[in-house]
Amino acid sequence: MIRFLTRRIISIIPVLAGIIFVTFVIVRSIPGDPCVAMLGEKANQRTCEAFRERYGLNDNVVVQFVRYAGNLVGGDLGSSIRLGRPVGDILLERLPMTLELSVGAMLFAVLVGVPLGIISAYRHRSIIDAATMVGANVGVSIPIFWLGLMLAAFFGVVLRDTPFYLPTGSRLTPGVSIPPLLQTWHLQNLEGLPRAVITFVSNMVTVNALLTGRFNVLGDALKHLILPSVALGTIPLSIIARLTRSSLLEVMGNDYIRTARAKGLGERMVLFRHAMRNALLPLVTVIGLQFGSLLGGAVLTETVFDLPGVGKFLVESIFARDYPVVQGFTLVIALIFILVNFIVDVSYAYLDPRIRLN
Amino acid sequence: MQATRTRLTPIAISRPVAPPRSLWRDALRHLLRNHSAQIGLFILSVLLLVAIFAPVIATHDPIEFRDPNNLRRTPPCIHLLGCPQNQPEHIFGLDSNGRDLFSRVVYATRVSLFIGVATITFAIVVGTLLGAVSGYLGGWVDNIIMRFMDVLLAFPSLLLAIALVAVLRQLILAGLSPLLPALFAIGIVAIPVYARIVRSSVLSIKEQDYVLADRAIGVPESRILFHTVLPNALTPLIVQGTLGIATAILDAAALGFLGLGQPPPYPEWGRMLSDERSSVVNAPYLLIFPGAAIAITVLAFNLLGDGLRDALDPRLNRQV
Repeated sequence: MIRFLTRRIISIIPVLAGIIFVTFVIVRSIPGDPCVAMLGEKANQRTCEAFRERYGLNDNVVVQFVRYAGNLVGGDLGSSIRLGRPVGDILLERLPMTLELSVGAMLFAVLVGVPLGIISAYRHRSIIDAATMVGANVGVSIPIFWLGLMLAAFFGVVLRDTPFYLPTGSRLTPGVSIPPLLQTWHLQNLEGLPRAVITFVSNMVTVNALLTGRFNVLGDALKHLILPSVALGTIPLSIIARLTRSSLLEVMGNDYIRTARAKGLGERMVLFRHAMRNALLPLVTVIGLQFGSLLGGAVLTETVFDLPGVGKFLVESIFARDYPVVQGFTLVIALIFILVNFIVDVSYAYLDPRIRLN
Repeated sequence: MQATRTRLTPIAISRPVAPPRSLWRDALRHLLRNHSAQIGLFILSVLLLVAIFAPVIATHDPIEFRDPNNLRRTPPCIHLLGCPQNQPEHIFGLDSNGRDLFSRVVYATRVSLFIGVATITFAIVVGTLLGAVSGYLGGWVDNIIMRFMDVLLAFPSLLLAIALVAVLRQLILAGLSPLLPALFAIGIVAIPVYARIVRSSVLSIKEQDYVLADRAIGVPESRILFHTVLPNALTPLIVQGTLGIATAILDAAALGFLGLGQPPPYPEWGRMLSDERSSVVNAPYLLIFPGAAIAITVLAFNLLGDGLRDALDPRLNRQV
């Protein structure tokens, strides 16, 4: 296992270097002058010169890259040109929202998708099976943003005066708020990494509310997460339901399942104790892969539901040519993607010894 | 020649042997029996007809027409279904600019089908080239190409496409056609999948005895590649390509929704949705039709792709 881990970690390094390089190149090739984009009317020879000097845009591109890569190693993502604040701070503010949304969507997808897949396999060729498969086909075909808009129209407008009403925008109901953990726990003097970690956790409103026992805020935050999570989770839900079903059906045809049945085990026992363990293996991979694409879909969901996450901010920053933000955000998102894939690979190797040995 | 044929025919008829079936004909037979493929093909044929005959089907000009009475956001009105005769007929209603929504949705079929097919064709061609070179040459070339593909795959595809559009739309491309940046972005993002398919297919086959035999008798490498190795990659390429078109159309709609696709006033489904976002309260029907059009088109390609996979993959148990 240790050899597998080492090999896997080493294989990440070139991809990591490639990502740093690609983000740098993409961002640098966004044409147009960031100075003009930022200063607008005030942009002239003199102000632009000072602007470029300040953000190091006058240096050779190679020098800029080396400085950028060097700063990265030190954990410094640079400062936003638009807001004049460190990119790291902005990420600490916005990434938690996107993370909550992605986790919410994934929970929805797994908690609904896996049981649906099991039922369809268990009742193979029944009406439930057919309905699930038709639903899954439709589910992967619906645009996230359209589903979001339709859900918002239905639950936010049509059902407005019923108990089924659900909020369709922003993170908390206006008036509801939650103090940061640093303040709640009297840790304002904390510095460096611990401060960053606690700020990050604190900005996940649901976790913050849970930790501090503010259940009314927790309920409100969860309510606001329902519709975006459903919109974002529908595609992975469909994929997971299909995969669970086909994987279970495949396993159920194996000899050892026949043996288990021949021993006189009940169908449920065979399904849950014998078939499930092997059938759920491929699911681990797909859940990881889907989590990655959720981060892309989050851009759309955040736009539709007006949520203050990374996706929406990233798109705005691209238009504003805010180099450091675009660089830092894409980099961090790609990092999360790689990390999730790494965890998937490791857990897969842990679950299936054949992979480790190859 | 004529004589030979006439002499042989009676013998051929008298033999009770089933006509020889090629693998492709076999696959086609399975495909046409497959329910999802049937539905997918049917929807696609309809969509294709709509795209080709858009000028005939559309009731109004999709760009120029404005309601003469300055009406906006009116609900659908179809005389046959009981809409009063004194109201002008608009099958999907009028949008926020007083344009006929039905005509716009019909015309937008062209853009979406074109984007889907064009981007994936581009991705397959480039991906096949890269994958073939990579698998064939091996060594450091393989390493560089595949690591680069890994890097592309390390970004969520939609995000990478957004970043690429931002770059491409300001280059020369945008001057040629405002749609090109989105086309290239979606195409580039899709390349790694096809490169991987072709590479693994090349790897699995290049040491096979019949390829070695070809090489031994002096068949040129390019001929081996195109006549022996690549046909083996065709099945997964066709299946992935069809499913890829579905994804490409979804991504294109997403780019359109974010304002990065086909610029107004040309009709595009994703863009139409973002333009009418504020109508969601007062005129939700303006959002239902373009969105349903996207979903139906994507669904058709997904169904066809699934059907193709079942029909073309002999390893699959066709009973399941």
